[in-house]
Amino acid sequence: MLPAFELLEPTSLEDALEALADGRATPMAGGTNLLPDLRARVDPARRFVDLSRIDELRGIDRANGRVVMGGGTTLTDILRDPALRQAAPSLVAAAEVFAGLMVRNAATVGGNICYGSPSADVVPPLLSLDAEVTLDSHQGARSVPLDGFFLDYKKTVMRADEILTAVSWTPPGPGTANLFYKLGRRKGDAITVTGVAVALAVEGGRCAKARIALGSVAPTVFRVKDAEGMLEGEPLTDELIEAAARTAADACRPIDDLRASAEYRSHTAHVLTRRLLRQAWELAA
Amino acid sequence: MTGPETTTRWKAREAEMVTEKDVTLHVNGQAETVAVPVHRTLLEVLRELGHVEVKCGCEKGDCGACAVLLDGEVVDSCLTLACKADGRAVTTALGLGGPNDPHPLQTAFIEHGGTQCGYCTPGMIMAAKALLDENPDPSDDDIKRGLSGNLCRCTGYTRIFSAIQAAAEVLRKRGEAA
Repeated sequence: MLPAFELLEPTSLEDALEALADGRATPMAGGTNLLPDLRARVDPARRFVDLSRIDELRGIDRANGRVVMGGGTTLTDILRDPALRQAAPSLVAAAEVFAGLMVRNAATVGGNICYGSPSADVVPPLLSLDAEVTLDSHQGARSVPLDGFFLDYKKTVMRADEILTAVSWTPPGPGTANLFYKLGRRKGDAITVTGVAVALAVEGGRCAKARIALGSVAPTVFRVKDAEGMLEGEPLTDELIEAAARTAADACRPIDDLRASAEYRSHTAHVLTRRLLRQAWELAA
Repeated sequence: MTGPETTTRWKAREAEMVTEKDVTLHVNGQAETVAVPVHRTLLEVLRELGHVEVKCGCEKGDCGACAVLLDGEVVDSCLTLACKADGRAVTTALGLGGPNDPHPLQTAFIEHGGTQCGYCTPGMIMAAKALLDENPDPSDDDIKRGLSGNLCRCTGYTRIFSAIQAAAEVLRKRGEAA
């Protein structure tokens, strides 16, 4: 049974922001992480503002050449938008293997980001797409690059009075590839052992831009900028890809847990980064 | 909300932070209104109202035994606060069909041996229903992905998959949605 708590169910963003203004309440989105944490008594919060009745937080729009996805957009919404297969291939790949059908119907992209877990599957894809998040509060909105949003395990730059209202990015164009692979103990309903997202842009036979984001192998999801820098401006040879993959593996700070050992996580980060870089280079070139 | 109504809501918000709420659930077509503490889950409230075909398993969204349709979308009722279902249509396995008028999915689970202890079956049926509503002709991989949030510890799944394929065929021949 859940502990007793107080709940407000606003239908407008304005009302939700006002209710959060004093920093004493916690936003509740799909509840798929929050309710198990409450039941297990690991989350002490007992005042919640439910965001699920706020229609303006849910949906996928295009504005000024960017995709703008409301924080309340569910994983199922992502799978039902055919245009995202071009505009965010890695994110669609992550949504396909996200938990199970019932959780995908409830869980939101904003909730997955804000929970701050290193195994949040939407985060490596969004980092690979250079996404920005919009944080709104009664004091006004601010934009923050997703790279820089996560401070430590389940710690982010968000204040207690803020809601993640949107995540936005510029869709990759021609000559690009954007891939995600989730390694889990099984295909469905699994918490990620190692998650890797890669984005490459190729111009004139050289890598013009590289992004490598790793999940579940450190206290936060993170980009391997050293490895990205090795690739940019170069034609991607097998040797260079191997060196970048090794750099990615060396950047991991994984833990041992019931799903995998730290050693296995680093090893698979190496293998998967190499594999995805090779695939992306072939696709984009 | 806009206009004066918003202002009223705004001023009333301290009062609106509630611990209990009158909730009307439209369960299998019947409206039921109950006062529920906001921390009670849809699973708990449904079972207390007698809808015990909705099973309680892991209570953390891993097993799918508690799956119901909420306005046609399948959700884990253990991860859904009862108050979030206020005014919405809830469909349980008995809402699809009962012993005298079984749904083709229920018939197929019986004929194919897709059930052993039976505890996972109502949730399996609801997830399968949602899958077939969206995809009337699923591949085995589509079924695996559709049922990835439902655990069965008896059957090994093979007969569940064949039951769903058989039901899909029946429904396609009838030209009906699931």
